[in-house]
Amino acid sequence: IKDLTDEWMMSVYGPVVKIHPVVLASIGDSYERRNEGASRVIGTLLGTIDKHSVEVTNCFSVPHNESEDEVAVDMEFAKNMYDLHKRVSPSEVIVGWYATGFEITEHSVLIHEYYSREATNPIHLTMDTALQSGKMNIRAYVSAQMGVPGKTVGVMFTPLSVKYKYYDTERIGVDLLQRTRDAPNTTNGLTSDLCQVGGAAGRVQDMLATVLTYIEDVLSGKQMADNSVGRYLMDLVNKVPKITAEDFETMLNSNINDLLMVTYLSNLTQAQIALNEKIVVL
Amino acid sequence: MATRKETPSTPTAPMASTSPGATLDSPVKQIQIEGLVVLKMIKHYQEEGQGSEVVQGVLLGLVVEDRLEITNCFPFPQHTEDDADFDEVQYQMEMMRSLRHVNIDHLHVGWYQSTYYGSFVSRALLDSQFSYQHAIEESVVLIYDPIKTARGSLSLKAYRLTPKLMEICKEKDFSAEGLKKALIGFEHMFEEVPIVIKNSHLINVLMWELEEKCTVADKHELLNLSSSNHLEKSLQLLMDRVDDMSQDIVKYNTYSRNLSKQQQQKHQYIQRRQQENAQRQTRGETPLPEEDVSKMFKPPQPPPRMDTLLIAGQINNYCQNVKEFTSQNLGKLFMAEALQGHNS
Repeated sequence: IKDLTDEWMMSVYGPVVKIHPVVLASIGDSYERRNEGASRVIGTLLGTIDKHSVEVTNCFSVPHNESEDEVAVDMEFAKNMYDLHKRVSPSEVIVGWYATGFEITEHSVLIHEYYSREATNPIHLTMDTALQSGKMNIRAYVSAQMGVPGKTVGVMFTPLSVKYKYYDTERIGVDLLQRTRDAPNTTNGLTSDLCQVGGAAGRVQDMLATVLTYIEDVLSGKQMADNSVGRYLMDLVNKVPKITAEDFETMLNSNINDLLMVTYLSNLTQAQIALNEKIVVL
Repeated sequence: MATRKETPSTPTAPMASTSPGATLDSPVKQIQIEGLVVLKMIKHYQEEGQGSEVVQGVLLGLVVEDRLEITNCFPFPQHTEDDADFDEVQYQMEMMRSLRHVNIDHLHVGWYQSTYYGSFVSRALLDSQFSYQHAIEESVVLIYDPIKTARGSLSLKAYRLTPKLMEICKEKDFSAEGLKKALIGFEHMFEEVPIVIKNSHLINVLMWELEEKCTVADKHELLNLSSSNHLEKSLQLLMDRVDDMSQDIVKYNTYSRNLSKQQQQKHQYIQRRQQENAQRQTRGETPLPEEDVSKMFKPPQPPPRMDTLLIAGQINNYCQNVKEFTSQNLGKLFMAEALQGHNS
């Protein structure tokens, strides 16, 4: 069995694999919860198959035992879980399986065979949770026949290109989760309304500061001016709409009036129901 | 007008489950959620909950001192028409059994629900949260607001029923007297518990990798200035609720009027009786027997107050949401003004 581990060798054979962050977090979590003595965990990948891509949207771990010469996978369990998952999202199908760890072993071939019975051309995803090479190395493979037909035939895992796909709300969720990286004991509270706007404004300010330092560097000759960057800058400055001062005033004021009116209404309603309650209790 | 279908029954509360040795005098002070749970909830709504359907699921985790840690969750299939014989309890049991095999915490600690513009205070929610809290002291309901999240920042709130409300639900005494006795206002129905998100170190590494691998452009929805759509919908929902409320109030008013009229009639009747008796005595006849007045004048049925309480709570919630929204927008408008002023 050979596996191609060259980073630059992007495969042109096989679909593009799009992974959602839920799947990766789930794999990491099941790795943390693995049984004593197990060096890796495996599980099923669920998702949808397109013409040129496979989108992996969910996964669940499957208990298995691995020793030097044999591997046992709880297939009953896998089938059961798949049925349960199907009840919730009937459009998800088994698209492959995952394993944590750095290499593809002989056992992987056996497991892959099992999964080829469940899905056509299953994807095999590996994630190096032990960080052997300092990175997580999320890779996807598809199996291909190799060897001399009729004589010794083997299986080769060819790598596929992996992309990450987010829903909009997922991206916002991931943004929030990113913030736990910098917190001392990896916790983060949820902020409330105006703080969030302040935070977003702060981020834009930071970005502007970066751009400004770049511009100053160029002006003072420390850096070469890049024309494309210059064009972006011009776009940026032109994006601020040119409205006459009075028009803007009227727009701003009408908007502010709307918002204030709604605030007044809601305060009024709250006072009303509070009053109603007090009266009833009398 | 968007129609909202609310699933009639919600995840059933589990049978007796043991909580790991924590004293249950004080309710939970803080909720700690793992990033995985957040992502799963988002995904569940995104895939299965388009439109205004609510999606629900079960939360799993454990209790540590006064913190409730939520470590995993699984979604609950929706009630479709062709699934009449779907056994929820069985689904839950199977799911939990299977998760136990892979060492996932199988302790039920609550449930989650998505909401449409903040409307979640309903009888169904109350009942189901009560049954959860009755079985497990520390359970919470997580309300995930996908529309608010899509506007820029994750909106996740955790609620529990206050002890007072628990008492009332236990007695099933929803009449006006019962509520008056317990002095429950709409503000004291639910208590909010602060949420903290925690990620294990491995997940943190994953986050770093993701950031490096795919720089998805920040869309800055949070700084979006448009507000009218959101405001319109919120106000519409608010108006409906206020209509409901006013109907309730009218009902209550008619009831009190009927009650007082009846009291008057009773008094008149008693007086007439007494007069007649006095007259008969003067004439020397036997007085008429005292009749049971209360049986003759059956008091009208007092209208149930629980619905009013729920509506009031819901209205309060809408108003809070609207105020949060307007405060954000005001800030953004002032920022835009500063930008414009600087230019001109």
